[in-house]
Amino acid sequence: MGVFRMPSLGADMEAGKLVEWLKRAGDAIAAGDVIAVVETQKGAIEVEAFESGIVESHLVAVGQTVPVGTPLAMIRGEGTAAAPAAGPAAVPVPQIAPSPAAPPLSGAPQPPAFRASPAARRFAAEHAIELTGMRGSGPDGAIVFVDVEQALQGRRDAAPAAPPRPPPTAAGPPATGMAAMRQAIAAAMERSKREIPHYYVAHAADVTAAFDALAAFNATRAPRDRVLFGAALLGAVARALARFPEFNGFHRGGAFEPAPRIHVGMAIALRGGGLVAPAIHDADKLALPDLMRAMHDLADRVRAGRFRSSEIADPTITLTSLGERGVDAVLGVIYPPQVAIVGAGTPALRPWVVDGAVVARRLCRLTLAADHRVSDGHRGALFLAEVARLAENPELP
Amino acid sequence: MTGAPGTTYREAVRAAIREAMQRDDRVFLMGEDVGRYGGCYAVSKGLLDEFGPERIRDTPLSESGFVGAGIGAALGGMRPIVEVMTVNFSMLCLDQILNSAATIRHMSGGQFSVPLVIRMATGAGRQLAAQHSHSLENIYAHIPGIRVVAPATIADARGMLWTALQDPDPVVIFEHVMLYNAAGELDGEAGAVDIDRAAVRRPGRDVSLITYGGSLGKTLAAADELAGLGIEAEVIDLRTLRPLDDATIMASVRRTRRAVIVDEGWRTGSLAAEIGSRIVEQCFWSLDAPIERVCSAEVPIPYPRHLEEAALPQPAAIVAAARAATGR
Amino acid sequence: MTRDEITAVLFEEIGNVAPEVDLRSVPDGADLRDALDIDSIGFLNLMIALDARLGIAVPEADYPRLRTIRGAVEYLCGRGTAA
Repeated sequence: MGVFRMPSLGADMEAGKLVEWLKRAGDAIAAGDVIAVVETQKGAIEVEAFESGIVESHLVAVGQTVPVGTPLAMIRGEGTAAAPAAGPAAVPVPQIAPSPAAPPLSGAPQPPAFRASPAARRFAAEHAIELTGMRGSGPDGAIVFVDVEQALQGRRDAAPAAPPRPPPTAAGPPATGMAAMRQAIAAAMERSKREIPHYYVAHAADVTAAFDALAAFNATRAPRDRVLFGAALLGAVARALARFPEFNGFHRGGAFEPAPRIHVGMAIALRGGGLVAPAIHDADKLALPDLMRAMHDLADRVRAGRFRSSEIADPTITLTSLGERGVDAVLGVIYPPQVAIVGAGTPALRPWVVDGAVVARRLCRLTLAADHRVSDGHRGALFLAEVARLAENPELP
Repeated sequence: MTGAPGTTYREAVRAAIREAMQRDDRVFLMGEDVGRYGGCYAVSKGLLDEFGPERIRDTPLSESGFVGAGIGAALGGMRPIVEVMTVNFSMLCLDQILNSAATIRHMSGGQFSVPLVIRMATGAGRQLAAQHSHSLENIYAHIPGIRVVAPATIADARGMLWTALQDPDPVVIFEHVMLYNAAGELDGEAGAVDIDRAAVRRPGRDVSLITYGGSLGKTLAAADELAGLGIEAEVIDLRTLRPLDDATIMASVRRTRRAVIVDEGWRTGSLAAEIGSRIVEQCFWSLDAPIERVCSAEVPIPYPRHLEEAALPQPAAIVAAARAATGR
Repeated sequence: MTRDEITAVLFEEIGNVAPEVDLRSVPDGADLRDALDIDSIGFLNLMIALDARLGIAVPEADYPRLRTIRGAVEYLCGRGTAA
């Protein structure tokens, strides 16, 4: 039997409101299926199951606001019997299906490899602070209360203007809507600028040929099958990361953790203000038309206010493209705990020197803001040059 | 009235006995050598002359006999103070205490009470070897029906006796042998004190050092040394060993999130074990480190001074335990 | 399909991309992307919708002709009546 819990959809999330059950008791689910919709500061998020099985029961009713980690539903693993009814009639029958081999809570996280005191664990749980990767100052390096307190202090310092929030168990939903999103962005960006020593490099990519290739590709295709330059850019970032892993991952607890997969967060401005940067999963593995479809689908869902828990929690790097609004370049602010953000300005015709002559070329000014604790400008420059090279030469079928 | 400088623990206990004898003529003192000899630790020196042999009574060397006589006197309306020379010898009268004194209220359906006070010397440090040096407070703290107190300061030595005599049930007072010569300021108006609550002898935020009786001084010395290392230790003097003042202990541990228990008893089955269990039961989610215990080595207390010292909790071990708990 | 019908479809689909904008307040000659804050994906969605509703697949090469509401109406009517 697994427990499906209110997920943490970002370090600043303390509680979420269950707004919809998409799977009922008795429904079969597969890992990755969307089973509920949760309202957070970032909007309504579709929450996915981590395991396959059958929904045994709902533990939280629609409309309830509960702290991160609260069990929302019980998931019965495939091949296991339903929980026996209470009473003497329920004589245990020898089990043929394999079940005891699995840990009792197959969906629950494995016991963590770090040490943390009971005081630290409880305090962290109360404030939705991630203990993984935190450096401990207690006996044998154990994470103790003050370590969590300092982490929390860091978070509070990052959002000094934020009014004190009631504890998650108190009545009343968390603030939602634009004010809450503004608050979440403020907290993340202030933390970023306070904690992350950014460095910046810029590179002008000559994307004339890329635009020509895309125009030729799109000329014969219906609008729905056309590929935008933005997809080529996203693909270029993803593919370049394969050779520059120090820009893909997280800085947590004083150390860099490279991410094993490449999930590029795409900054999407919301109409009416605010933005989110959900992930395109395994962006390096997708062919350009598939990447375009994924991007298009994600943008539509974000603007409809529906995206998935894994998309919001997973990005390993962010791409922000202000290429629509005519700016030359954008210098990004890293979204912690990520370690890099790539920016792209408007691809526009500019005078450019080619073979000793000044000619009109379509240029896209790329920038990289990266975490100097993790990487240096030299590697950053090489990474950005590789992004530019790939963006200049999109692989179209 | 100003304080009497240089009052010893021994003098404070004697003053308490004297006051009790003066205030209540039902009070009398009996035990081995308490009269003519003035008490094995000279606590009752001079009292025979002052109060006479009716009220300061030397007894035969029979703990079972004279503690039993004390129970009978208490049942008969007196307020006896019975002195047992050392807790080791009290094993001979444990039957009287456990099977009679502690049970009579219960077995008589509340008809009879035993307002008896038993004073015992306890602890090591005077090279009295393996039959006169143990700390068996935990055995008494185990018994429902009695109250057990351990005055660790001059003021408590002066003030606990009278309060104990007012208790309608038996009270055992443990006086650590190393405290008798300890001197300190005692307010001339010092009198009865409560025997319900533990006391915070030194406030601190980093670790709770929980102790009682003869270990309080060592623990305070350790706290001084810890302060030099930047560790602010809070020192709790239990004062009453049964019933334990959980509220004070837990409030401290919840604040400091770490506990070191200093107990001169043997570790196994000790009061330290009991307190540790209670902390885990009541404060588990407030803890930042495993609970540390500093207890006596599990050997009969040795005679040679260096071995005796090595067997007992010492400030260095307390400091080490506090550092382990704080990870510093 | 009449000019009015084509205009109605165009307005409706622009409304789907930029729901909070009052199109009557947008001058005929204003740049659609700027006035309505439509990005490339929003514009692509508009093109997909016009393809589905009107059967007019606007080639990228013709995008500049749909910069303004006036231009878009002219272009679509030209294509729509030709079709």
